[in-house]
Amino acid sequence: MSESTKSNHTSFLEYKGKYRGILGWILSTDHKRIGLLYLYTMLVFFSVAAILGLLMKIQLIAPGHTIMGPATYNAMFTMHGIIMIFIIVVPGLPAVFGNFFLPLMIGAKDVAFPKLNLASWWIYVIGILIVLTSQFLGDGPPDTGWTFYAPYSFQTPANIVPALVGAFVLGFSSILTGINFVVTIHRLRTPGMTWFKMPLFPWTLYATAWIQILATPVIGITLLLTVMERTLGVGIFDPALGGDPILYQHLFWIYSHPAVYIMILPGLGVISEIIPVFSRKRIFGYKAIVLSSLAIAFVGYFVWGHHMFTSGMSGRALFAFSFLTFLVAIPSAVKVFNWVATMYKGSLIFQTPFFWAVSFIFVFMIGGFSGLTLGSLATNVHLHDTHFVVAHFHFIVFGGTGFSFLAAIHYWFPKMFGRMFDASWANIGWVVFFAGFLTLYLPMFSLGIMGMPRRYYDYLPEFHAANILSSLGAMLMIAGAMIIIVNLVRSARYGKKTNEKNPWGGKTLEWQADTPPTLENWEEIPEVTEKPYEY
Amino acid sequence: MISGASTFVEGVDNAFLFIMVISFFFLIGITLTILVFLIRYNHKKNPKPTQVKDSVALEITWTVIPLILVMGMFYYGYVGWIPMKRPPDEGVVVTANARMWSFSFRYENGRVSDKLYVPKDTAVIINLNALDVLHSFYIPAFRIKEDMVPGLVNNRTWFEATKTGTYNIFCAEYCGLQHSYMISEVVVMEPEEFWEWYHDPDAMVMEVPDDADPVLLGRQIVERQGCVACHSLDGSTVVGPTFKGRFGETITVMTQGEEREIVYDEEYVKRSIYEPDYDITEGFRAGQMLSYEGEISEQEIEFIVEFLKSLNE
Repeated sequence: MSESTKSNHTSFLEYKGKYRGILGWILSTDHKRIGLLYLYTMLVFFSVAAILGLLMKIQLIAPGHTIMGPATYNAMFTMHGIIMIFIIVVPGLPAVFGNFFLPLMIGAKDVAFPKLNLASWWIYVIGILIVLTSQFLGDGPPDTGWTFYAPYSFQTPANIVPALVGAFVLGFSSILTGINFVVTIHRLRTPGMTWFKMPLFPWTLYATAWIQILATPVIGITLLLTVMERTLGVGIFDPALGGDPILYQHLFWIYSHPAVYIMILPGLGVISEIIPVFSRKRIFGYKAIVLSSLAIAFVGYFVWGHHMFTSGMSGRALFAFSFLTFLVAIPSAVKVFNWVATMYKGSLIFQTPFFWAVSFIFVFMIGGFSGLTLGSLATNVHLHDTHFVVAHFHFIVFGGTGFSFLAAIHYWFPKMFGRMFDASWANIGWVVFFAGFLTLYLPMFSLGIMGMPRRYYDYLPEFHAANILSSLGAMLMIAGAMIIIVNLVRSARYGKKTNEKNPWGGKTLEWQADTPPTLENWEEIPEVTEKPYEY
Repeated sequence: MISGASTFVEGVDNAFLFIMVISFFFLIGITLTILVFLIRYNHKKNPKPTQVKDSVALEITWTVIPLILVMGMFYYGYVGWIPMKRPPDEGVVVTANARMWSFSFRYENGRVSDKLYVPKDTAVIINLNALDVLHSFYIPAFRIKEDMVPGLVNNRTWFEATKTGTYNIFCAEYCGLQHSYMISEVVVMEPEEFWEWYHDPDAMVMEVPDDADPVLLGRQIVERQGCVACHSLDGSTVVGPTFKGRFGETITVMTQGEEREIVYDEEYVKRSIYEPDYDITEGFRAGQMLSYEGEISEQEIEFIVEFLKSLNE
């Protein structure tokens, strides 16, 4: 499998179509080019939002005014949240790696609707531009937090409407990608690839796509209602007009909780790809992993109330939401056990993607376990809206989605660019980033337990020590991120060229395609006879 | 967790401990297992992997055992939480009013305070009101938190303090610019001491001793009412105009859409406290402040004026 074959075909990177230069990219319907368009867009905005995060942590290194005032700080955490959630992690893995590798992994030439796929990227870019106008027009940047809670979001003079409209538009990009993937998986699997012979990353994309299709309209409606409330005063959420601010929270979390699974499920899929390859072992419990993904997607719809244990809901509702929240923890635990079991008696190959995958399991466990204290009613009351939640959330969404994104990009990098990344720098970047990550977020757990609320521009002296540590961790982590990004960008341009189809010894179909793949991926559509991961 | 001072602490901390013990057991156990695998099954040591068959029994085991454990966690969380939802019929009733960015507490006898004074070993029932946006009433030492929602009636929380002392009250729900400065304190006193404070006639009617310094009284009112959250005393601009060096000056304001020049005098101060949106100082916007009618008396305004005058020096 790992023999290097010279291909006479032109790779998708060099292919010359109807348009040349940049137009050949931004008007391309090739799923691989679209995947890379998303990647580059996200790289830009991730850098912006990460720098905002760093500036916030520098502000918090000491009590009082250090580098910015409260108005700037509040605008920064709002923008950090909006960019990271709506522009980076929600589209995240599906938009980049789903687009690039879903067709390759199921032996298809492209997604089911290539033009719609391109339209999704354009809608995504338009959404981003609308969000950005909120920064520069009107009465100052939004300062509500990414949650836009009522009634503050109607009362603040800041420029909220463009941010809401932008997020609304971004939602459509997400829905269209979801529809595209569902149809692709249903209709375009290569002959022989039955449902249970499909690799696990496409499975998680499938579960995710359904959440995107079914949950995103709810946030769309909510955001529109909020726009109407602000501009027309319709009185749905505003108590001054007879509306109910808690209704806003329900509608917001009915989407935004499943959205957390949109963020994390594809990450779980990536890890399920990488662990067997670098263990040289068949994945343990393939069906259990598939079923647990579907279970997460399904139960995930019914737990939104755990964001609202102290909002003023009835006790009965809290009881039910807490119970369901504990149920949703189980499928994630099952996955962890199966990954560890896959490593058992394997022949573990220590390379960068594997380091990311193993460290993913570690941070994902911390995120999950800290989630248990938040799902439990008594402890939630104390910890809700404190730094504990911020830490938990970042362990899951940055530790989970972020680590799996970095695992994915190192894993698939040679296939995507036909070049190898510099492994030593990649590993150094991993060590620095991992150490910085833990130093940044672990102290936040202790801050939350001590009672420091979140979204705090300033704090009492008793919270100082842990904040210093956390801020230093942020600097270390950003240093790690810079090493990783510079290394990858450099390697994509100047890295060692490779045409090797299968550098890691993977068993899934994408490793049978040319490196980098050609325009429609295959000379001959591959046939599948056995399960994936048969070592 | 951190030290606690209410009857809820035990239930909450027990649930926390239960979850933490199980979590650390699994976190350390799984991490060690991974590390052992990394060493033992490193491809240099173990160049040939051994394929292992799936096991339904194993899958069921590691589904059912965690399920039982999390149900235990659910149970402890429920048991620790249910007393919070069941306030007793009798107790000291306090109405907490939150606004950007201060708390004020009104007792049944009409006494108003910016700090929450409560007796030890007595149930205290807090009616939670928000006057503008969402706030949250959070006392970490008591393990209670409940959002304060504008327009939501019968929104209550309660506690029974077990130790005398002073503990922080934070607003935990983001409420705008000065959210992180929306902090107050709960002072737990011995019951006799509390009732003495509660019935203190001097506190009810503001009787001013002859030798009291009106400037100092004014400063106390300004601080107690949380004015300084938005109006600085040092000339800097926060949300509203500063208090420093303004009294007696001629200022430009917008009055019902028309620009005019007025003198910053006692009349203006009073109108600005009772009808904040009537005159809007140039460079600021309306809708940022609620009326303090019924909260700050006319007599108190006289002291505030003395205090403002003192800032000119």
